[in-house]
Amino acid sequence: MSFPSRDDLIDFIYDEARMLDEGRFSEWMELWMPDGIYWMPLDYKQTDPDCITSLLYEDQFMLRLRVERLNGARTFSQKPKSRCHHVIQRPFVDVMEDAANRYVTNTNMHYVETRLDEQFLLAITATHELCVVDGKIRIANKRVDLLNSDAAFGNIQLLP
Amino acid sequence: MPAYTVDTVTDLVQPHQVHRDVYTDPDVYRLEMKHLFRNTWVFVGHDSQTPNKGDYFTTQLGDQPIIQVRHSNGEIHVLYNRCPHKGTKIAIDRQGNTGKFFRCPYHAWSFKTDGCRLAIPLKKGYEGTGLEQTENGKGMKAVGAVKNYRGFIFARLAEEGISFEDYFGDSLSSLDNMVDRSPAGRLEVAGPPLRYMHQCNWKMLVENQTDTCHPMVAHESSAGTAVKIFEDMDWPEDKPKPMAMEIIAPFMSPYEFFENMGIRTWPNGHGHTGVHHSIHSDYSTIPGYFEQMVEAYGEEKAKQILGENRHNTVYFPNIMIKGPIQQLRNFIPLGPDKTLVESYIYRLVDAPDQLLARTAMYNRLINAPTSMVGHDDLEMYERAQEGLAADGLEWVNIQRLYQEGEDLDHEAVENGTTERQMRNQFHAWAKFMSPQPTTETAEVQQ
Ligand code: FES
Ligand SMILES: [Fe+2]
Repeated sequence: MSFPSRDDLIDFIYDEARMLDEGRFSEWMELWMPDGIYWMPLDYKQTDPDCITSLLYEDQFMLRLRVERLNGARTFSQKPKSRCHHVIQRPFVDVMEDAANRYVTNTNMHYVETRLDEQFLLAITATHELCVVDGKIRIANKRVDLLNSDAAFGNIQLLP
Repeated sequence: MPAYTVDTVTDLVQPHQVHRDVYTDPDVYRLEMKHLFRNTWVFVGHDSQTPNKGDYFTTQLGDQPIIQVRHSNGEIHVLYNRCPHKGTKIAIDRQGNTGKFFRCPYHAWSFKTDGCRLAIPLKKGYEGTGLEQTENGKGMKAVGAVKNYRGFIFARLAEEGISFEDYFGDSLSSLDNMVDRSPAGRLEVAGPPLRYMHQCNWKMLVENQTDTCHPMVAHESSAGTAVKIFEDMDWPEDKPKPMAMEIIAPFMSPYEFFENMGIRTWPNGHGHTGVHHSIHSDYSTIPGYFEQMVEAYGEEKAKQILGENRHNTVYFPNIMIKGPIQQLRNFIPLGPDKTLVESYIYRLVDAPDQLLARTAMYNRLINAPTSMVGHDDLEMYERAQEGLAADGLEWVNIQRLYQEGEDLDHEAVENGTTERQMRNQFHAWAKFMSPQPTTETAEVQQ
């Protein structure tokens, strides 16, 4: 792939969601650029990730920790394991800049996470900044906005 | 079993153990709301949450709906969020500005920002009815007493009782240290709090704040894994560790570290871990900050302020602060088995932003509903809440490093793994379940 088509970008978003739902986390980690950040703001339309608390603002070290922890022998909050499920609307491709190797998609999703008898639903908008490296689409950054980011939550243990 | 009363409920607390009903019984919870949260000084908010005249912020003290508002004279007032007419909440949003007065959205009774009644539409309908003589006719009801301590607003719901100074005593040194860390001696709230719902009793969270025997066990999954990954990474010795590692790794410190850090308790249920050092002691220095502190306080005082690295300070009944990183967690009871935790962070006025960035990182890594360390803890609380239903054993043990005849009415510093602070909380719990004499008249009434 020299330049991705609109369909390539959209398929990528679907494939990522499927990986997360199937718990293929090591594969998912390989989708990321080394300096990629996963951001989940706390404040509605938050612009400052540094000096205001976020729900998540994680680099590759933290994401790796998160993924490895899920399988740890003494990770008691994952006994039994959580499962998740994404229902996604067709992504908008908002930016396609081949020359700059920069692509941005915007995707509305319903995210369901469950463990034991508990199950909750989050309405989210994911913004992916993507690029192409060695013919493969990679995540440069991902921002996940929760529709109710200001609500009180119990544990959200997986990655929407 | 007959319902508990103020007289029988204190039987649930013994020096070395507490009955499980203090965590599970709806009557006990109701008594806590009616008495404990009325007689004690409870945290309301920070004055920077309502910086301008007419600014208000809504919250809860125990189960009471409350408004913190800045009055036209610049002072903070704390009012019940309840219209004196039919009970409608005056403010429903979390914060806002009401201008010069509150206006009830139901029938438009209006009130000054100190609660006094301002006007009632079609007032002649009340002429000769005696409304003026009723409590409701006066306006919105204020809480019993309010104190703005260096920007932190506390209130006592009861009209009479212990004074702020007598209630907190020397424990205020932790709040002082937190505020003194600003070269300007002032903090400002930074953004909204994390809001984390816990299906457990509020006291489990408060006890956990000085539970130094759980981090290396319950957090092995997060902190232990972090340390392992970091070791695999071949990080150069001379390169500063990533900030996230500085924050998470100390949770895996050995028992010895926690034993030596020490615990101090004060009368009335307050206490803190980290007398000698803490998990916050070894954070890297932020360029320029020490110089600003020296300029503001002189070198000796600056060193003294920054040399204090208290870990968690519990202000009984239901908040914890971390002085070295300017964090406050409010454990808001919503039911015997339901607690909302709101975790706030504050900016040190006139200090570098990197300090606040580290604090924001701490807050999201440790106290967010999306935080791995938070997941570890919540799992333990919720398992405990469920496990306490077991009839096989009805008492919860808080006996570590207990000695017969322990005197909790005096300050003491002990081994950092003692459960003395938990015993101290329950000692205060039993005390404040009944009204306390007001400070001025205490002598006379005794
Ligand atoms: S309920 Fe507030 S004015 Fe009637
Ligand atoms: Fe913990």
